[in-house]
Amino acid sequence: MAVSTHNKGFLLGYRLYVGAFFVFLAAPLIAAGTFAFNDSLFPALPWQGFTLDWFFNDTEPKLGMFHDRRLLRGLYYSGVIGVLVASLSVFVATCNAFLFVRGEFPAKNFFYILMILPLVIPGVILGISILVMASNIANGMEDNFSIEIEMLRPGLPLVVLGQFSFITTITSLVISARLKKFDSSMEEAALNLGATRARVLRTVTLPFLRPAIIAAWIVAFLVSFENFNTTLFLVGSEAPLTITMFDRMAKVGSTPVLNAVSFFLIIGSGLLALVSVLVQRDPPET
Amino acid sequence: MQGDVKRLSLILLFAPFALWIVLLIILPHLGMVYLSLREKVAPRVYEFGFGNYIDFIQEPIYWNTLLRTGSMSILVTVLALLIGFPIAYYIAKIAGRRSRGALFLLCLIPLWVSDLIRAFGWILLLRETGVISTSLQTMGLISEPVEFLYNDATVIVGLVYTVILFMIVPLVSTLDGMDDAMVEAGYNLGGSGPTVLRRIIIPYAMPGIVAGCIVVFMLTAGSYLTPILLGGKNSSWFTEQIYDQFITRFNWESGAAFGFLLLAFTSLVVWAGLRLTGQNLANTVAKN
Amino acid sequence: MNDAVEHDLECTGLSKHFGSVRAVDDVSFRIPKGSFFSILGPSGCGKTTLMRMIAGFENPSDGDIHIKGRSVLNIPPNKRNVKMVFQHLALFPMMNVFENIAYGLRCAGTPKSEIPQKVNDVLERIALPDVGNREIHQLSGGQKQRIAIARCMVLDPDVLLLDEPLGALDLKLREAMKIELKLLQHQFNTTFIYITHDQSEALVMSDNVAVMNEGRFEQVGKPEELYHKPATSFVAGFVGDSNRWAGKVEEISDGVAKVATEAGLSMLCKPQAGVVTGAPVSIFVRPEFIGAQRASEAGPPDANSNALAGKVDSVLFNGANSRILVRGPSAELIEADVVVTGGTSDLRPGDAVQLNWAPEQAMCYAR
Repeated sequence: MAVSTHNKGFLLGYRLYVGAFFVFLAAPLIAAGTFAFNDSLFPALPWQGFTLDWFFNDTEPKLGMFHDRRLLRGLYYSGVIGVLVASLSVFVATCNAFLFVRGEFPAKNFFYILMILPLVIPGVILGISILVMASNIANGMEDNFSIEIEMLRPGLPLVVLGQFSFITTITSLVISARLKKFDSSMEEAALNLGATRARVLRTVTLPFLRPAIIAAWIVAFLVSFENFNTTLFLVGSEAPLTITMFDRMAKVGSTPVLNAVSFFLIIGSGLLALVSVLVQRDPPET
Repeated sequence: MQGDVKRLSLILLFAPFALWIVLLIILPHLGMVYLSLREKVAPRVYEFGFGNYIDFIQEPIYWNTLLRTGSMSILVTVLALLIGFPIAYYIAKIAGRRSRGALFLLCLIPLWVSDLIRAFGWILLLRETGVISTSLQTMGLISEPVEFLYNDATVIVGLVYTVILFMIVPLVSTLDGMDDAMVEAGYNLGGSGPTVLRRIIIPYAMPGIVAGCIVVFMLTAGSYLTPILLGGKNSSWFTEQIYDQFITRFNWESGAAFGFLLLAFTSLVVWAGLRLTGQNLANTVAKN
Repeated sequence: MNDAVEHDLECTGLSKHFGSVRAVDDVSFRIPKGSFFSILGPSGCGKTTLMRMIAGFENPSDGDIHIKGRSVLNIPPNKRNVKMVFQHLALFPMMNVFENIAYGLRCAGTPKSEIPQKVNDVLERIALPDVGNREIHQLSGGQKQRIAIARCMVLDPDVLLLDEPLGALDLKLREAMKIELKLLQHQFNTTFIYITHDQSEALVMSDNVAVMNEGRFEQVGKPEELYHKPATSFVAGFVGDSNRWAGKVEEISDGVAKVATEAGLSMLCKPQAGVVTGAPVSIFVRPEFIGAQRASEAGPPDANSNALAGKVDSVLFNGANSRILVRGPSAELIEADVVVTGGTSDLRPGDAVQLNWAPEQAMCYAR
């Protein structure tokens, strides 16, 4: 223990503070999740009894989330976007990891800073800058060549690109960190045992990176799933779940179906986060 | 021949990186700056000039909002550091081996829950018909419903809540790498608690502190959901102005100027922070 | 000449330059079939670069490498039949023991049906028959060592390279592994090339040792030759312990040189090649060749030998290898081996002693 622990009162106070912090951390999540089970039309006290209607009921006014077309569609689009962004960003991140950990080229530090930069650009600005550029190109094509490029108008492809633009930094950092720990004599050993370069990559290097690749994919998926700021400016008719929920919260007023979605997402993202932490654990050394 | 193979693979690896950075980061930002320098003089007629920036300076609401956003973001960053540091220190250095992992996990999981849901949770707790107001009435502490939403204090609490884990996680990783013997040596050589904290622990944790502060500041200044949902329509957050210009008024030129101003402002604060603490971007933010 | 067949490995004029640094500088040697050959040198002497050239990870700037009589310069590392045990072993943590050993066989396209037999055979030979299903992190340090060797030996290499593989082990295990490596080499009857900076590893295990310094071989020979007949002052200083003096030759007669040391002592020693009257020299005397007697019991000094009076400064007790430090007349400390029996006759700090050693035990090299 790295603190003078003989002061019992101090330690007790410290523990209470930490406990209070975790209550603070959990309170809104518990509030958001619990009201999903309240048999009432409003997510508020008093408690009217337990129900699963907000998940499974198929009639208005208590339409459950698994029968709410718009929410389900949002969930579907969020999933599609998340999978695309995660896969794309993990691929580029793996290339980046090899580039920056193994490669030797001029101005490497400068390029490395460029790689980190998207992390310190506000999401809103990434959103508008990509929107502006895509629209400029689309307008230019339309005015000069009368070609309408649907892909460059707000919609799913732009949302994917917008999220990809900063999530790739996160995944690159995760995978690079793992590659840095790689003992490159392992590759030489494989070569020495007669493997071709491609085989070394397939049987030694990539399996070593696999935990980081999986973890980075999950993290990318989660960040994409919960992203709002960048998505807000790039979204077209295919609105992902966060946008759908926000619209509903701001315009329609909230019913406990939003709590049901919240509950579902808290549990889902919690489990995924748990998986991403667990796959990165190394086996215990003997 | 081996050299050629090496060069080819370097180029192949560089290509995705270059496409990503050039097409999605550099060109869009240049485009945004270019757009912000165009003035609309008549429908579909534009002139090059600083008009959008002059508008910003001449309209106090605009620059007041930027200043307000900036100062509140700095306040939120400081609060997150003050509240988060003891927590991180507890997790990294005081908790037992087993509870350490569990506590860290408890921090990581809410990190991945959407801001929207977290803000929603606060709304349910704090609004006039919310859990806290109702409970206080039931207990007889207040006689009629109290609205806790839509004030600056709530916005700040909500923002601190949203970003604090981004402060704690890098701090825990940094402090985790610190040898306990260093702190013990500090006491052993006669240091008092505050001296050890100031001379040993904080300097050691500096990269983590700076990393946490940068990320927290950027996230706060660029946040949109929390100020709007907890502060209401009059929360005067700068991202709201950008949204307003872009989507509501469809005045992209001025929206782009606002975007550039926000970027310049936040970059300036981050740069100043790095300068003051003698750190750099690569050894702080990229460490996690 | 049928020499080429008799030698598993032959290097001629081998050099490697990194910029202006000559990591390996014109090294030539050949290693007889089935022998244990060590390359001994301080860190940075170029021994690892030499090994990496043999394995194919570096291209020589000049010179040639023949394995079993054929030049391998144009053969990429994954096609050379030279296998290597890495410093940190480089076992693959994502595969179990069986898969680690089978890796090379799979790469070589060995039929699937033969692989288990071959892996089990080699596991038998290293006396670890039942570890095939273990994960790497479940093995002890010594077991990992043997698996790393088995992984190479299953491929039946012409030459096995070992790059300081004992460095990471603790002292006791290292002592045991020295003997085990020697036995394994006998058993497989394959040429081992062992790289180390630890002289005792090289001396104990090897048939022949090359002492390397600044990219060159200083001397190649059997361990006892290196120890008793070092060719250069570097070898004399690097292999084994010695007392060392710097001085100047006053005269040479009958193969004995009289040297005045810088501290003002006069010494008789055996001049090596290149030592002439008036030349500055270094003198090396091993502690075990210096006899120590109590001054009260010593006879008069012999004019044809070396004798020095001094006082015991401290006793370094280490069982059979115990030693005393004697402060001589010129205030320097001289090491001499002694027998410490635990009885009353043992020397103690403060005792006056006389040190004696024969001129032929004092090796004298031009500086």
